Amino acid sequence: MLNQSLQENVFDMPPQTDIAWCPGCGNFPILRVIKGALADAGVDQRMLTLVSGIGQAGKLPQYLKCHYFNGLHGRALPVATGIKAANPHLTVVVTSGDGDVYGEGGNHLIHTIRRNPDITVLVHDNMIYGLTKGQASPTSEEGLVTPIQPRGVYVDPINPLALAISLDAPFVARTSAGEPQHMRETIAAAIAHKGFSLVDIFQPCVVFNKVNTYQWFKEHTYFLDDDYDPTDRMAAFARATEEGRYGLGIFYRTDTRAVFEDEVGVYDDDKRPLYERKPQVAAVKALLAMKR
Amino acid sequence: MTNYTKKESHDVSILLAGQAGQGIMTIEKILTRAFKEEGFSVFATREYMSRVRGGVNSTQVRIADASIAAPVERVDVFVALDGHAFERYCSRLTDKTVIIGDKHVADMCQCSAACKNIVTIPLREIASDIGRSVYANTVAAGAILALLDVPLDGARDALQTLFVSKGQDVITHNITALERGYKHGSHAVFSQNIQIDTVARTQKEDNKKHVFMAGYEAVGLGALAGGVDFCTSYPMSPSTGVLTYIAQHGKECGVVVEQATDEIGAINMSLGASYAGARPIITTSGGGFALMEEAVSLAAMTETPVTVHIAQRPGPATGLPTRTAQEDLNLVLHAGHGEFARAIFAPGTTAEAFVCTQRAVALADAYQIPTFILTDQYFMDSLALAHEDDFTFMPIKKHIVETDQGYKRYALTENGITPRGIPGYGYGFVCADSDEHDESGHITEDLDVRVQMVQKRRKRLEALAQEALMPSCSGACDGSAKKALIVWGSNRAVAQEALAHTERDDVIAVHFAQVYPLNPRVKEMLDGLEKIAVMENNVTGQFADLLERDLGIKVDTRIAKYNGAPFTVEEVINHITQL
Ligand SMILES: Cc1ncc(C[n+]2csc(CCOP(=O)(O)OP(=O)(O)O)c2C)c(N)n1
Ligand SMILES: [Mg+2]
Repeated sequence: MLNQSLQENVFDMPPQTDIAWCPGCGNFPILRVIKGALADAGVDQRMLTLVSGIGQAGKLPQYLKCHYFNGLHGRALPVATGIKAANPHLTVVVTSGDGDVYGEGGNHLIHTIRRNPDITVLVHDNMIYGLTKGQASPTSEEGLVTPIQPRGVYVDPINPLALAISLDAPFVARTSAGEPQHMRETIAAAIAHKGFSLVDIFQPCVVFNKVNTYQWFKEHTYFLDDDYDPTDRMAAFARATEEGRYGLGIFYRTDTRAVFEDEVGVYDDDKRPLYERKPQVAAVKALLAMKR
Repeated sequence: MTNYTKKESHDVSILLAGQAGQGIMTIEKILTRAFKEEGFSVFATREYMSRVRGGVNSTQVRIADASIAAPVERVDVFVALDGHAFERYCSRLTDKTVIIGDKHVADMCQCSAACKNIVTIPLREIASDIGRSVYANTVAAGAILALLDVPLDGARDALQTLFVSKGQDVITHNITALERGYKHGSHAVFSQNIQIDTVARTQKEDNKKHVFMAGYEAVGLGALAGGVDFCTSYPMSPSTGVLTYIAQHGKECGVVVEQATDEIGAINMSLGASYAGARPIITTSGGGFALMEEAVSLAAMTETPVTVHIAQRPGPATGLPTRTAQEDLNLVLHAGHGEFARAIFAPGTTAEAFVCTQRAVALADAYQIPTFILTDQYFMDSLALAHEDDFTFMPIKKHIVETDQGYKRYALTENGITPRGIPGYGYGFVCADSDEHDESGHITEDLDVRVQMVQKRRKRLEALAQEALMPSCSGACDGSAKKALIVWGSNRAVAQEALAHTERDDVIAVHFAQVYPLNPRVKEMLDGLEKIAVMENNVTGQFADLLERDLGIKVDTRIAKYNGAPFTVEEVINHITQL
């Protein structure tokens, strides 16, 4: 145990680091737990790259001692895919918001699951746009009143788990910022799983979402049973579309899909990342000669 | 308009026209190969409609005794595979034009001036006789070669290459088709007393050292020669050829190629790869590039090298997908919010495209900026001969450093450029941030740091301008000329050929293969000229504006063409005459 917490410490930023989250924000437990989960998953700190978009959640990599690429709002997934394809030895983890991944980046989510790079995507799902001060997000529940939705949200929320399962995402799970131990285990399992892993993390936004609070999440969630079989896709789909209460756990997992970086071809006989390779000048000269 | 009549026929222009899907490209491939082996200068340019079948498409093939790489209006030989081709091209046919086609097609010729020298060849009948009507194209190619008195060796080679994957039978049948077409053609030359001027075979030996390729191949090859190892793009005419070329040869050159599901994904994937040490290129057209703009800005902010090739087509919006334009200079010049350095190339020949593409990726890497190559549909789809020696391979330098502990991705330096670390190589952490950041790459709202970072990103523009390519000059370049015709990108060859034809010694043609930043020495080069005309394929004169804005060069005349077709030699002769 002592050993483990020592390992977690390597990700700590200096104590004077200014953190832009509000007191009581659900992002704090996520930040704490990620460090432990990375340690548990045996991730080599120098080979870890975090990727995020823009939002309060997207700031997480700033508060962790690691490589990171904090890109544009909604665009974390293609960046993460590119990193993994250029250097498959890196462990690539995306941490971003519900607005970022499910809204602005929704198209990328669909096609990244299809492409299936071995990356882990952690979505801090506070059902609200935090950074921009409280507008509806794609996961906001119907009826949520915001400054822009004064009559309450009337658009149906997205169901990220059902969406991911329908696309046969290799690892689909939900956890909650209010359940640190469960969150730690789930994130560690997601990182360890080969292929695209999605973890939707219920995260209270204490300032802008007065409905989906710690208390609300506690009351509306339950842990999937021990005998729940995450390899049964139809059952997983049924569980993900359950209404009124939300399961926490690994909804679906499969080992059958090939991963993107194995499919692109250049790593078939040569495992080195692109940056270590020499350009193929002779091959190019041969191509030029073909045009004689 | 000046009538560009042939001077003892230094060149012959052949127009192949037919429906999409009728196999014009096959004839083009057979002819150009035969012409190259025969020792002509060869040029081919394709014009096509945005459809997969039907319509009227054409390819112009020119042969000459001196280097050429531009379209002409004039048509010496018109090959009609479909009767509707006449309506479309009547205005370009004269009583001297020799028309070749099946009888039922030739019967549809109702051009008032033309329809005199018709050589009917039973293309379909011969083809069916050999086995399949698809061989009709090859029959036509044989007939054309007979008319021009060109032996079949090169054509046979071309058929071997073209149909290698289809098996020996197909090759044999095609060769028979070729020979029978040739026989019919030769017979017509005698029986109908058809006269086509002969062109001197001036480069028989030299052509062996020449390569013949399309613009899209030159850009693709340049990317590979520049060490590109990552290419994600989304298909969009007229840029897709580059993506296809790189995809076809990706494996042997170690390139990760991925068809993205949209342009935003394409460039963000490339930025991720670049951040991790890859050298990416993206190929697109104006509309796709417009979608990439936010990420261009991200590349600048994170100082992540990336190169985008943009093959222009007429806009706005979907515009004319398969036609040509130079309308997106302003788009590329201003793409992305915020202020930052960039470089834009606009090659005018295949060899130049090969070199500029290498240069663009090398500069992106050296300066950690976005760089661009601007071409257009006309350039992509034109094939020209160029000496192999002009395809210079630049040494490839990777600017990646092994990081130390305490590495700062944006450490301030004299020239603004921080040695580039990547994740997984060294002992430091590589933190790239889209937000304004401090030297370590962490988000900051310290306004003094902000100013330092703006300067850091801007500084490199001066060095970029100092090493910007100088324009090339043709004509009386000894300083005696009083007037200049300035062009950029694909208009290089048309300006040169037209100028040579006018024999004007008071005019120079000046071509910019790099349009941004402009080398400050350009000002000295153009000072002292009495008249400056800028010719480009857009309505406003975007490059003329840039010359005025950045160098204070006064542009007297703006020559604009924006109907979607490239400038022809005749048109440019006319413009030069009026200078
Ligand atoms: C292209 C673009 N559009 C809009 C924004 C403004 N914006 C920043 S974050 C954000 C939404 C944040 O919501 P979420 O992703 O759920 O993150 P949270 O702050 O809730 O953690 C928006 C709309 C932006 N930065 N970029
Ligand atoms: Mg949110």
